[in-house]
Amino acid sequence: MTTLSRSLLFVLLALPAPLAWADPLPAAVSAAASTAPPAPSTTEPSVILNSQINSGDTAWMLASMALVLMMTVPGLALFYGGMVRKKNVLATLMQSFAITCLVTLLWYVIGYSLAFTPGTPYIGGVSRLFRNGVIYIKDVAAAAATKDTPAVAAVIGKVSVSHLGVTIPETVYAMFQLTFAIITPALICGAFAERMKFSAMLWFMAIWSIIVYAPIAHWMWEPGGWGATAGVLDFAGGTVVHINSGIAALACALALGKRVGLNKEPMAPHNLVLTVIGASLLWVGWFGFNAGSAVAADGRAGMAMAVTQIATAAAALAWMFMEWTIKRKPSVLGIASGAVAGLVAITPASGFVMPTPAVIIGIAAGVICFLAATSLKKALGYDDSLDAFGVHCIGGTVGALLTGVFASAALDGGQAGSVVTQLKGVLATLVYGFVVSYLILKVIDVTIGLRVTEEEEREGLDVSLHGEHVE
Amino acid sequence: MKLITAIVRTHKLDEVREAVGDLGVSGVTVTEVRGFGRQRGHTEVYRGAEYVVEFVPKTKIEIAVADTLAERVIEAISTTARTGKVGDGKIFVVDLEQVVRIRTGERDASAL
Repeated sequence: MTTLSRSLLFVLLALPAPLAWADPLPAAVSAAASTAPPAPSTTEPSVILNSQINSGDTAWMLASMALVLMMTVPGLALFYGGMVRKKNVLATLMQSFAITCLVTLLWYVIGYSLAFTPGTPYIGGVSRLFRNGVIYIKDVAAAAATKDTPAVAAVIGKVSVSHLGVTIPETVYAMFQLTFAIITPALICGAFAERMKFSAMLWFMAIWSIIVYAPIAHWMWEPGGWGATAGVLDFAGGTVVHINSGIAALACALALGKRVGLNKEPMAPHNLVLTVIGASLLWVGWFGFNAGSAVAADGRAGMAMAVTQIATAAAALAWMFMEWTIKRKPSVLGIASGAVAGLVAITPASGFVMPTPAVIIGIAAGVICFLAATSLKKALGYDDSLDAFGVHCIGGTVGALLTGVFASAALDGGQAGSVVTQLKGVLATLVYGFVVSYLILKVIDVTIGLRVTEEEEREGLDVSLHGEHVE
Repeated sequence: MKLITAIVRTHKLDEVREAVGDLGVSGVTVTEVRGFGRQRGHTEVYRGAEYVVEFVPKTKIEIAVADTLAERVIEAISTTARTGKVGDGKIFVVDLEQVVRIRTGERDASAL
């Protein structure tokens, strides 16, 4: 990466917003000065009394945020790190870690606003740039400090809430959603493992996070998004997270090409213990992901938790028995991969389906993702190194479509699922995600280049990119 | 004096060490090695990708002994390291010209 491009990236991250560190005073709060508790808006972020916050919901969402963060660091980092060759393990861990840091700042600057504020059906607004208007003002101390200012007096003892989670502080909702914005690009790393330049990876992830992740999250989750309006069901991110990252992964595998020596040299995973620890952390963290997506500590969260566990077990066993039958041995990597496939597939369905459909979704995901990672990849010849496309895009699609089949009106307040509507959401994400991801990659390829040199690749990215190695 | 080099299955190391210890062998050098003989390698499958592992992990044991002890050590290693299946390993025996104990400068038989 040239010095110029490095400093440009820094400027992009550090660009100061004029209001970011002044007292945050959103225009929306000025009306809320009466004595009756303000009712939170269901269409845009609003400000309510501190006492209106539900402590049970908030406690669960604080925990969920931490659980989902744990899925990326160290969960996904270890899951992928164990599957690469020893000379690339640090570079692989580094990708997840650096993405966590990079996306955190971008989310604060612009991502959250584009995804989760009202705007057009295709992209959110800019009202929450630099977290502008996300407030919490404690009653007594703030009153003493700011009593002379009428605008501040109006928000004393109040807290902003998102319209997507009206019982928890907006800070908690925004941070919970941040962890989704982190893991989605991190999942893509599986496709280009062992050969992408670190600088190119940072540029790709930064741009992708803003122009692919944020809009698609807005389509499906923000009530004004076209997908949400059309009734596309995506409880915890089957479409937004898994199809989205999976199709970008395919774009990466195609744009970067195969690893040097693929199918000629051994490329076996160097330490499956790391991979199993990673898969297990993903599994545990996924309860924050799915049950947390209820944005409440309630019965729906409980049902999401139950179906997540059941579908995961079914998928892990389905993959294991498929492999046992076809490849003669039930492998450790196989059962761990099957568990991840099940977690992916139940994600869009988790708040919408009952336990029996969860078993069916799990088995379907285990069988279909096994075939995608083994036969489909071989047949089509792309080098999706760690099966980010085969597990996340295929598993996400299985889950999204089956959500349309099995969604129970009892669980989601009367909204019935439709396979046709689900298919619209899936196709839109596939097309937009693939085209834009591929374009970003091509632009990076002609400017700074996507791949390391063959010599660097053979030496291993740990030493050639980071100047370090294990052992 | 003879230098006996035995390539054996890794899990047989402890048995071999005990057997030669009982014979009065006073020193053994052990190295983890990889190689192939008639056993060849084996196939590993990761998510459908097959890798032929051509070099099998084995343990190399080196023992320097007096001529009088050599035959019994060879016999002990053969007996303890044997499973009867392909891949039990090999024993190489060569004449040893000199032995030096570094600490004292002793030579040959007294250095063994």
